[in-house]
Amino acid sequence: MLAKRIIPCLDVKDGRVVKGKNFVGLQDVDDPVKLASYYSDCGADELVFYDITASAEGRSLFCEVLKSVASEVFIPLTVGGGINSLDDFDRVLKCGADKVSVNSGAIANPSLIKAAAEKYGNQCVVLSMDVKKIGDNYKVFSKGGRVQTDLDAVEWAKFGENNGAGEIVLNSIDTDGVKQGFDLPMLDVICNAVNIPVIASGGAGSVSHFIELFKSVNVDAGLGASVFHYNQFTIAELKKQLKANGIEVRL
Amino acid sequence: MIAIVDYGVGNLFSLSHSLEKIGAESVVTGEKKIIESADKIILPGVGAFGDAIKKLRQNGLSDVVANLARAGKPVLGICLGMQLLFDKSYEYGVHSGLGLIEGEIVPLKDVARGLKIPHMGWNSLHFTDENPIFADVNEGDYVYFVHSYYAKCANSLSATTFYGEDITAAVRKGNIFGVQFHPEKSGKTGLNILRAFAALR
Repeated sequence: MLAKRIIPCLDVKDGRVVKGKNFVGLQDVDDPVKLASYYSDCGADELVFYDITASAEGRSLFCEVLKSVASEVFIPLTVGGGINSLDDFDRVLKCGADKVSVNSGAIANPSLIKAAAEKYGNQCVVLSMDVKKIGDNYKVFSKGGRVQTDLDAVEWAKFGENNGAGEIVLNSIDTDGVKQGFDLPMLDVICNAVNIPVIASGGAGSVSHFIELFKSVNVDAGLGASVFHYNQFTIAELKKQLKANGIEVRL
Repeated sequence: MIAIVDYGVGNLFSLSHSLEKIGAESVVTGEKKIIESADKIILPGVGAFGDAIKKLRQNGLSDVVANLARAGKPVLGICLGMQLLFDKSYEYGVHSGLGLIEGEIVPLKDVARGLKIPHMGWNSLHFTDENPIFADVNEGDYVYFVHSYYAKCANSLSATTFYGEDITAAVRKGNIFGVQFHPEKSGKTGLNILRAFAALR
């Protein structure tokens, strides 16, 4: 049986892991290579790295970090942040990324999804979406959740799938960093609209939030950052609890 | 020394570093002479079958790999590299493969009804026959899969995984090995598989 995946997310700035609350206010957490090895050893199924640096220096530092991680940690690595062109795909793939997630870059240039899927394969292209409920609809935001777009989240997810995205990361702006649980209604709506794997992100604060997530929504993976970085519970403990609740995981 | 065949498709960073990690000497190469002088060959690959087999032929490497495999050199095909070992594929048209293992590559959507495509993530192995590359792997261990097509294999199956039904996870025909999953992305289990392949005599 295919296992549900648990994925720690590492936001990297100037070679260090950071994590904000509601996208504002950063705190230094730890060294990315150390953290990646630790997570891999205690059962992480995959790692996501977001490059949140804006400068060229930060970007090349990020590539060095990625190379070091990819030389030591042999589980799938997804990279996002600052991916605006095929050259950006190329840059991070050469440093050891397995999948590349596009967000604002695809909003600015939707043809990037198809171009990347054709060049590197669907499995390589992850559409990452920052979603917030506006009235009765779910809207896509760009620029790290700061700018509202006209895009309807369901339509954008379908567009991604139809253009070759192999996976979708759904990050809820409403629940991100609040640790009160995943945005189940939003996840359910979008999961039912596509037939590619979906990773739920934003809101994980306890083991029961992950159990609730996998019991109620057809997602493939749950992503967490601060819950893991601050050792609220280990991934091994989380997976044991999931298993005890009848959820298939890799132990 | 293991030659990782470089024919212009896929990302070989993890594969070469995972071999380095287990202490196996390897070289990423598209040169016939180096491949011929290697003890073992790994045929990697991601993307579409038609494009990959075309590139392998253009580089003149399809005959090199097939001839060495037939002559008894250990060959390990990974993911699309495994699929290339087969007779033919129905991925976007009909394409002939290297013809080293009997069977064909067909769409996963025909068996994984109602399931998401690609089959992406960690799935467990069920052994169906002996295979020395699984010497240090246990029944039920998880490995990492990413694929939308699968191999229908009649005679050389050595492990399956369940996705809608039992599908091919690994094949073996004498010195020719293939795995649908990515050992270089399958954590310690994957490294154990690569170590066992590297230790073959």
